[in-house]
Amino acid sequence: MLHIQHVSGGYAGNSIVKDISFEVRKGEMLGILGPNGSGKTTLLKMISGILPVSKGTISIDGTKLPNYSPKELAKLIAVLPQHAADPFSYTVKETVSLGRYAHQKGWFHSWSTKDEETVLRVMEQTGTLSLQHRNIQDLSGGERQRVYLAQALAQEPRILLLDEPTNHLDLSYQKELFDLLKKWSKECELMVVSIFHDLNLAGLYCDRLLLLQEGKIVIEDTPNEVLKQERIQNVYHTKIAKQPHPKVPVPQMVLLPEWENDQSEEVYQIDPSVIHASSERIVVKTEQPLKTMSSGVIGSGTGWYQNFVNRHVDKSYNFSDHKQEMADYLKRNGFIPGETVGMMTAVKLEDVTYKLYVDGHVSIFVVVTAGVGNAIDASVIDREVYDYTPGTINTWIFVNGELSEEAFIQSIMTATEVKVKVLQNEEVLDLNTGTLATGTSTDSILIAATQKGTSIEYAGSFTQLGRLISKGVFECTTEAIRKSRMRKEGMSSSV
Amino acid sequence: MGASFLLLAIVLGISLGTVKVPILSTIQILLAQLFPFVSLDGIDQMHVNIVSNIRLPRVILAGLVGAALAIAGAAFQGLLRNPLADPYTLGVSSGASVGAVVTLFFQLSLPVIGAFTLPVLSILFSFLTIFLVIGFAQKIERSMRVETIILTGIIFSSFLGALISLMIALTGEELRQIIGWLLGSVSMRGWVYIKIILPFFLIGSAILIFNGKELNAMSFGEERAHHLGVNVQRRKHIILMAGSMLTGSAVAVSGTIGFVGLVIPHLARMLWGPDHKHLLPLSVLTGSAFLILADLVSRTIIAPIELPIGVITALIGAPVFAVILLKTRAERSG
Repeated sequence: MLHIQHVSGGYAGNSIVKDISFEVRKGEMLGILGPNGSGKTTLLKMISGILPVSKGTISIDGTKLPNYSPKELAKLIAVLPQHAADPFSYTVKETVSLGRYAHQKGWFHSWSTKDEETVLRVMEQTGTLSLQHRNIQDLSGGERQRVYLAQALAQEPRILLLDEPTNHLDLSYQKELFDLLKKWSKECELMVVSIFHDLNLAGLYCDRLLLLQEGKIVIEDTPNEVLKQERIQNVYHTKIAKQPHPKVPVPQMVLLPEWENDQSEEVYQIDPSVIHASSERIVVKTEQPLKTMSSGVIGSGTGWYQNFVNRHVDKSYNFSDHKQEMADYLKRNGFIPGETVGMMTAVKLEDVTYKLYVDGHVSIFVVVTAGVGNAIDASVIDREVYDYTPGTINTWIFVNGELSEEAFIQSIMTATEVKVKVLQNEEVLDLNTGTLATGTSTDSILIAATQKGTSIEYAGSFTQLGRLISKGVFECTTEAIRKSRMRKEGMSSSV
Repeated sequence: MGASFLLLAIVLGISLGTVKVPILSTIQILLAQLFPFVSLDGIDQMHVNIVSNIRLPRVILAGLVGAALAIAGAAFQGLLRNPLADPYTLGVSSGASVGAVVTLFFQLSLPVIGAFTLPVLSILFSFLTIFLVIGFAQKIERSMRVETIILTGIIFSSFLGALISLMIALTGEELRQIIGWLLGSVSMRGWVYIKIILPFFLIGSAILIFNGKELNAMSFGEERAHHLGVNVQRRKHIILMAGSMLTGSAVAVSGTIGFVGLVIPHLARMLWGPDHKHLLPLSVLTGSAFLILADLVSRTIIAPIELPIGVITALIGAPVFAVILLKTRAERSG
């Protein structure tokens, strides 16, 4: 176990690290974070014995650091340097073999079979075996980094210290390096202490994080506790936002650039001029990307989009890979799928209803296409499996304002509640069950916000935005259903 | 390869000169020196005298000086991680020169050692210089980084060079003698000088060769060496001392001979790689062969006039070094 107790120290009497205490247990990965000049490297150099400790003690398994000889220490602690000087053209194998220095005994440092085996094993583990006869000066930054990792591992250390090890590595090597370190830390009970610049990488791989500011510990805890938006903003003096990792339960921090908040520009407003409707498709094109939450065919989920397409398809539309077909359709018609939310409907697009609703600083633009041929009562679950036919009530709500995550979700709730009410008012029935329908089997919804101007925390039915949505969705959906029904009646009466 | 190069150089160095001794006779005389049972029948007695009393000690001395300068250079380059470093960078050879020039200038002759005054003072001054350089560097910075040592060495070198110039300016008739000595020579030194340099050479070389692994580690940087388990402070001192001993003794017996300590380790590294376990012994072999041949050229090229050997090594060494430098630069930028 590595114990750091009340340690202070630095260069030439100038204390950079001040009264730091923590410990690292077997098999644990500890990340050291902090802005430039916070004492991360100084702390690491004191642990590796390069810099003397002016106050406090560092001990490994109860023995203080100065009581180990350099060779004994090298068998316990290995360091992966940030950048090593290599002025001479050693081969990769010669370089890795130097890692065995501390293990060799006697005047002639004879090379044992164990030395040879260890060197071959660590080269295998780090993927440098195939480079073994290459000249270290001819390698790329990433390859060189792996050679020095192999050299450090050849020391067979119990503690591995790393100083921003991903500096010269591209994305795949960063992941590879830390996947390996994580594995070894568990399998070989290796203690890993690493300095990170990348908070997200640190949060992803470390068991615990140590946040330094001006040489002192701000907090030492699990990534979820350390990586709090406000704390990181204060320590790094920079604007960031926190969001969950899509796959792993760890926080991720993202930078907020200055232009994001540039209010000097005129605030962009969505109004009815953005819509272009034809019988083939309804298109909303905005000048700036909108933060969007939707259940479309393309661009569903959360994202930033600039084009919104509601495409008319025939009732008989049936493609096994409808997502791919839709992407191809968008490309054919000059839309970039990555910037577009795409939906489908069999409804006649001439019946589209849209309107701008304004209440003070908040305004929304609602676009609805509706047909109730597939209407169902969602509360009745005991029914035969329904064939997929393209969506029939597609509701789009564009908001001029900055929405919180809650506001997005509440907007969807409010819009859905209103839609159900409209179907009841219009006495739309589920033809299978004979009960009042709550929607159709393939309804889609989209909430898109400019994320500029008025900040909107909530969108429940009682809030300003909620009431606008209620009004807008109620009016537009009612009108769209009536238009569609009238067309059907007109068609049947003309037959 | 290094060894056969040296043997060839020795034989050529002994056989050629103002009086040419046939190669086969040379080999026979040499064998007779080593093994008393080899007969010298049919060989000119003058040839035997030339070989064993004049040429052989001269060649051996040139070989030892070349070897000492080359291995010291290789060690300094590895330790200082600077391929341009050599015994001169640290001010060691300047220190030794000052010792020698002081002897010549003041016409010193210490009691008991008499004729040995010059070599003894040279070695003493080289030690004194390295202690001063290390002490000064330590005053500047406790951890004594390599950069600090090199800078200190250069400062000392300039200062000592100025001292030598001062003494030359003040001197009258000894001027030629001092300049001749400064340019370096291995002629007319005899077996006595071999006895002076040999023990220092053996001890110094042995120390360096035993520190080959540490030099390998140190050439990756002092921090890296520390991480790998090398006792950096102690090893650095030992290597600096051994290198100074070799340089000082070489300067003492032959004057300042430049470029051997710079070019030979380079050449050896290019041919056999940078591993000091091989590099140091190979520098010994190549360095001695190089200086034997340089000496051969210096006394035969415009015979009967003898050129100072330092002129030859500089004339060969500087262009060779320039080419190496250009090549490595081209490789790096390419």
